[in-house]
Amino acid sequence: MKTASRLEKVLASGAFAVTSECGPPRGSDPEVIRRKGECLKGVVDAINVTDNQTSVVRMSSIASCVILREMGFDPIVQMTTRDRNRIALQSDILGAGALGMNNILCLSGDHQRFGDHPSAKNVYDIDSIQLIQTVHRMREEGKFINGQEIKVAPRFFIGAVENPFADPFEIRVPRLAKKAVAGVDFIQTQCIYNLEKFRLWMKGVVERGLHQKVKILAGVTPMKTVGMARYMKASVPGMDVPDAIIDRLKGAAKGKVGEEGIKICVETIQQLREIEGVAGVHIMAIEWEEKVKEIAEAAGLLPRPQV
Amino acid sequence: MEYPSNVKIIRVPCTGKVDALYLLKALESGVDGVYVAGCKEGDCHFLKGNIRARKRVGYVKQILQDVGINPERVAMYNLSAAEGPRFVEIAREFTAKIRALGPSPIKTGKGREIPVPGEAGTAEKKPEGAKKAA
Amino acid sequence: MIIGHRKPLEEILKMLEPHDKIILAGCKGCVAVCNAGGEKEVGILASAIRLARKKDGKDIEVKEITLERQCDPEYIDQLQSLAGDYQAVLSIACGVGVQYLAERYKSIPALPGLNTDFMGGSREQGVWVERCQGCGNCVLHLTGGICPITRCSKSLLNGPCGGSSKGKCEINPEVECGWQLIIDRLKSLGLLEALYEQILPYKDWLTSRDGGPRTITREDMRE
Repeated sequence: MKTASRLEKVLASGAFAVTSECGPPRGSDPEVIRRKGECLKGVVDAINVTDNQTSVVRMSSIASCVILREMGFDPIVQMTTRDRNRIALQSDILGAGALGMNNILCLSGDHQRFGDHPSAKNVYDIDSIQLIQTVHRMREEGKFINGQEIKVAPRFFIGAVENPFADPFEIRVPRLAKKAVAGVDFIQTQCIYNLEKFRLWMKGVVERGLHQKVKILAGVTPMKTVGMARYMKASVPGMDVPDAIIDRLKGAAKGKVGEEGIKICVETIQQLREIEGVAGVHIMAIEWEEKVKEIAEAAGLLPRPQV
Repeated sequence: MEYPSNVKIIRVPCTGKVDALYLLKALESGVDGVYVAGCKEGDCHFLKGNIRARKRVGYVKQILQDVGINPERVAMYNLSAAEGPRFVEIAREFTAKIRALGPSPIKTGKGREIPVPGEAGTAEKKPEGAKKAA
Repeated sequence: MIIGHRKPLEEILKMLEPHDKIILAGCKGCVAVCNAGGEKEVGILASAIRLARKKDGKDIEVKEITLERQCDPEYIDQLQSLAGDYQAVLSIACGVGVQYLAERYKSIPALPGLNTDFMGGSREQGVWVERCQGCGNCVLHLTGGICPITRCSKSLLNGPCGGSSKGKCEINPEVECGWQLIIDRLKSLGLLEALYEQILPYKDWLTSRDGGPRTITREDMRE
């Protein structure tokens, strides 16, 4: 093993991994994290905590991860390059290491125009691929970006995100290849509704042998309402929601739309397990964290393996 | 055909020749209103002269709005050179409009003649007990 | 060229409140080309200022002058004979011009009549677009002639991000995704395979504004 990460062990054992995520509160109440964590006990191999997602100020990812670690989870610290320069990022990485974290997910981050402080200065000192390189170099060489030695370098299992549904499609596999060269260990994808397109992307990934270097966790999100599905289709960049999904939700009996959404999610997971190169699933149930256990159970993912 | 004697005509080969500055200078000199009479859209001999004029009139209206002068004091009209009666109609219509607005604040020095943008106009307050009286 | 646009009239008039005798200085350089601060714009703004004052029954003297450029000492010297007679100079050159005037004419305030925006060019008549961030270390040869620092909203050197959709940036459907443009260009040049998968290294921001205000010198040209 390269790190002490539980997720790394599960993936190395060949078991189908399960991760989920937690959105921190817009305040300093640790109970919010604890409550979300409670729903996920025994359900996941690791939990992500988002980093000011959609550029909205929330409790920091590292702080939230500390609370989850106290509950026995192996958290995944998410880090965007939007808000912090390379000095602050490296500093936070050292801190996360000191606090016992084992996983970091590197992202560019949604542009601050989407968020609650659109006037903020845009940092983006480095991009997500350079951040992957940074964390990788710390682990493998024990060095900072400037080449200087780190006394007691942190060793992280490195993740990133890839969106098979963003444009241009033709470079989505080369982009993954770039991340692999940079040193990424695992990828969580954007949530999948268009299985055809996802299969096409995976084909490209497998053709280049990338699935052996990088563990792919396929993202899924259960649809709660028809409105949510429509919104995601129309207004979220890089989201691909086929009409067939919306039609299925519309066809559900009154009051049973959420149930249908969960059913679709479970079916999607079952199909994803059959695709070559998919090493696990990342269940994102935004503000519906209590359903993750139900989904994991129905998809036959429980209990989680002992590693 | 007689049109109101208060309308002074400045002839240009095409309204596309009218610069925003001419309209502003006219108002500076103390006239109460300025209008630009151009050919019908699509009929401009120079193709787009009257379209440009319309945009410049719009630009000047915005400047007037920003400095507190009623933008209705400038206007764009379109008609064909053969429409004598329409020409008179426009002259009378515009004169009536300006008469209703009163003399230009440049002459009177009375200050803003339109509310500051964003400030709600003060609504007429009903006298207390008006409902009861009815 | 440097692109700017006139400040809202309300803001300019507020700046001018304490004054009744000003110089309005335009520039025949960049701001004339982007119709913000040239001779024509000087005339229009001067007229608007006078209208604003006169409607209140007050007056203001506006000396209209358009300099060749306001970013060269010898051109702003032309105001020498005037400056002493006026209370302020309202400049509708870019921010550089305003600062040059402020530095040269220390006894009167130099006021900015424009908001200076960016380095860019004309896309069509009446539309100007941003193209350069002045980062001081150009990588256009690696990105098919399209700047990732400027055209990508996140200045990614290894883009695109996951928010690129149908060639548009996630922030606004009217903004093109810089990386889509780069990829299309590299493809048409037959350079996609050669260049795209190379990881572009960390940018050295020292050469940009982040490193502090910059000076460029040509020793061979100095007196």
